[in-house]
Amino acid sequence: MSAALDHDVILKLEDVSKVYAGTVAVKQANFEVRKGAVNVLVGENGAGKSTLMKIIAGVEQPTAGRIMLDGNEVSFSSSGDAVARGIGMVFQELNLFGNMTVAENIFATREITNRFRKIDRKTQERRAGEFLDRLEAGIRPDMLVEDLRIGQQQLVEIAKAVSLDARILIMDEPTSALSAAEVEILFKVIADLKARGVAIVYISHRLEELIRIGDYITVLRDGRITGQEEVKNVDTQWIVRQMIGSDAKDFAKADGHVPGEEIFRAEDICLPRVTGGLAVDHVSLSLRAGEILGIYGLMGAGRSELFDCIMGRHGHASGEIFIDGKHIRERDTTRRIRRGLALIPEDRQREGLVSILSVASNLTLASLSRFVRLFHIRGGAERQGVRQMVRELSIKVGDPAQEVSSLSGGNQQKVVIGKALLTEPKVLLMDEPSRGIDVGAKADVFRTMRKLSRDGLGILFATSDLDEVMALSDRIAVMSNGKLTGTFDRAEASEAAIVAASALGHGPAPHILPQNLESNAND
Amino acid sequence: MTDIPARATHSSASSGSALLTVMKLRTFIALIAVLVFFSIAAPNFLSAANLILMAKHVALNAFLAMGMTFVIITGGIDLSVGSIVGLCGMVAGYLVLNGIDLQIGYTIYFNVVEIALITLAVGILIGAVNGLLITRLNVAPFIATLGVLYVARGLALLSSDGRTFPNLVGKPELGTTGFGFLGAGRLVGLPVSIWILIVVALGAAYLARYTPLGRHIFAVGGNERAARISGVRVNMVKMFVYMFSGFCAAIVGLIISSELMASHPATGESFELNAIAAAVLGGTSMSGGRGTIGGTIVGAFVIGILSDGLVMMGVSSFWQMVIKGLVIIVAVVVDQAQRRLQQRVTLMQMAKVG
Repeated sequence: MSAALDHDVILKLEDVSKVYAGTVAVKQANFEVRKGAVNVLVGENGAGKSTLMKIIAGVEQPTAGRIMLDGNEVSFSSSGDAVARGIGMVFQELNLFGNMTVAENIFATREITNRFRKIDRKTQERRAGEFLDRLEAGIRPDMLVEDLRIGQQQLVEIAKAVSLDARILIMDEPTSALSAAEVEILFKVIADLKARGVAIVYISHRLEELIRIGDYITVLRDGRITGQEEVKNVDTQWIVRQMIGSDAKDFAKADGHVPGEEIFRAEDICLPRVTGGLAVDHVSLSLRAGEILGIYGLMGAGRSELFDCIMGRHGHASGEIFIDGKHIRERDTTRRIRRGLALIPEDRQREGLVSILSVASNLTLASLSRFVRLFHIRGGAERQGVRQMVRELSIKVGDPAQEVSSLSGGNQQKVVIGKALLTEPKVLLMDEPSRGIDVGAKADVFRTMRKLSRDGLGILFATSDLDEVMALSDRIAVMSNGKLTGTFDRAEASEAAIVAASALGHGPAPHILPQNLESNAND
Repeated sequence: MTDIPARATHSSASSGSALLTVMKLRTFIALIAVLVFFSIAAPNFLSAANLILMAKHVALNAFLAMGMTFVIITGGIDLSVGSIVGLCGMVAGYLVLNGIDLQIGYTIYFNVVEIALITLAVGILIGAVNGLLITRLNVAPFIATLGVLYVARGLALLSSDGRTFPNLVGKPELGTTGFGFLGAGRLVGLPVSIWILIVVALGAAYLARYTPLGRHIFAVGGNERAARISGVRVNMVKMFVYMFSGFCAAIVGLIISSELMASHPATGESFELNAIAAAVLGGTSMSGGRGTIGGTIVGAFVIGILSDGLVMMGVSSFWQMVIKGLVIIVAVVVDQAQRRLQQRVTLMQMAKVG
């Protein structure tokens, strides 16, 4: 790594804040991007990394603060503006057109045309081929994007960004779908870009990667920048410390009840990925009545997929589940719900609610058979069930006949929870139950979880929020890359050990692990 | 169940919700408007005989539109209903005339009730084929039912080599008489087909409103993934709606053959379009999740009365098509406007509540 002096600051964010309806995503961030260097940005999910990058790439506009490019203040009203100024971005979500060829994707919106405004396919494919060759991916420019593996698609996305000839190139988790070999190639390309003076902003969860290729590191926590250093001066311990911080949020306190007998057990759950490999890799776990088991993992760790398998949403998943010691042979969701499982999905809008139906209809959707005589829904019984849930979960709704979409996020989440509870489950699976809801509703949800566990329900909840998993769980299981990489009792769990375990699934990188992990991980 | 939010509008929300109420009742207002207009413009329009005749016309489309409504609420479409009408008419006609030849020197003749049941079974079976194509083989509803449209029509033509089965009076010695009852018979002053419509419509409306299956139909159309996770058997629900649509089409096939006392293989061509039009006019949303049986029936009446009334006024059939098209477009435009207004009113109420 060359000396810091060569690396002029090309882009600077000064006191930039971004506020969405009700939540502050970025608070007064000061961030410098240096030329000819890899500027690493790291933080937990929801720390504000992606928002910050979207501000730089012109996708989002800052609520307050200034963006200085080459010492002059600039403002981007769209990503096109930023591209025109030499800022390119590789997005975390793939932004490709599956129905078009690789070359067409790379040159989308800046097609190479001949005199008659006809797209010059040959030239496009030749130029695209040059970029692709540098990535050594064996991708032909005339291939359809939808025929490529996810990893290859990510490389196309990278080639597209490189082809912009950007001065500043933002890469948001570019390696999340790449194989080890592909990562090596990517690193070579990055080194090459660096040598040509391109400023690279690199976001990743994989700490070992950051240490390897980063020059400058910035750590974000809860929208605030908590640390800025040269990478050569830091180690993983330092990064973890900056990421986690020491201040704890306020959660509903444990009431000290003792969990009962085992109520649920999953054995050897496997789910193959479409792109090869396993999304859920031989996961076994058990849960006791009245216990809250937190499953921590980063994005793509396989938490949601594990829940999907347990609910019987994937026909091709393997593994066995047991409730109250009884083997559950039913493989479809409908009958598993009847046997006492209920899922609160991560994506409320897409999977949790039927948004055009009323609050009442949503609440009773999964449990209609409870209110039916022969084939007739007994209106009185249904209304009573609805009223009971509205009261128990303190759902703020004037009239349950209102459309559910008119409620706030937190109340919508309570409706989803109420729907699950009305099925009278024994085991409740909650996938990111606090996602996208305000503080008050979060506290309500946590309180409800405590109360349910006191009533003897077994709760499995998945989260990528470290504070949450530490505060709410009786036990903590950590997943990484589809594998269960550690389980901890609350008493013995440390944040550092959990974070370290959450990176374990990604192949061999043991040399960076904190020493205390070895004794805790009993995987 | 989709009209439940109407109760949620507070009386205080003034002019916005008054307009909203008018827009919600638009199909009714349209129905009253066409009735008033034609009773002034067309002589004899309001005579009992004419009203009953029109009701019989409307009933045919109303049956198909009810089946179509459920299908559309689940987010699908059924283009095959017209062909099912034709094929089922041919099945009924064939059974009345020829019975089933067992190839061993005997021929079984069925009585009229049996013939009706067999015909209905054929309609349901074709609906089941639609359902299987859509749920098991993942064919898009538009394509699956388009394919079945051609297949069923082709089979109808093959059954008679393109000829009409005429004179379905039946023979007393074979016990096949009485087929005309469905189309021409009357009970307590009303045609039998109207009585059947009333029974099926009440059944369908009950199903939509008070049974788990009805609730599930709406849930599947509103959000299929959420429905699946909530334990709704999505495939079974879809099978049901296409089978019900086939059932409705078979009823229409029976009634038409019975009215004409003949079965023609081209019967029912483009009926599916009228059925879709009636459903949409009645407030069914093509994107699924919204619609009512009552609305669809009213929609069928608006379309039916419009075309009969225009015929009585002597308007050319070319103009009739233009007018029908415009009515449908206006209906959908008003529907969209209502959605937007509804959202605004809801937001206003939320702001008021805090």
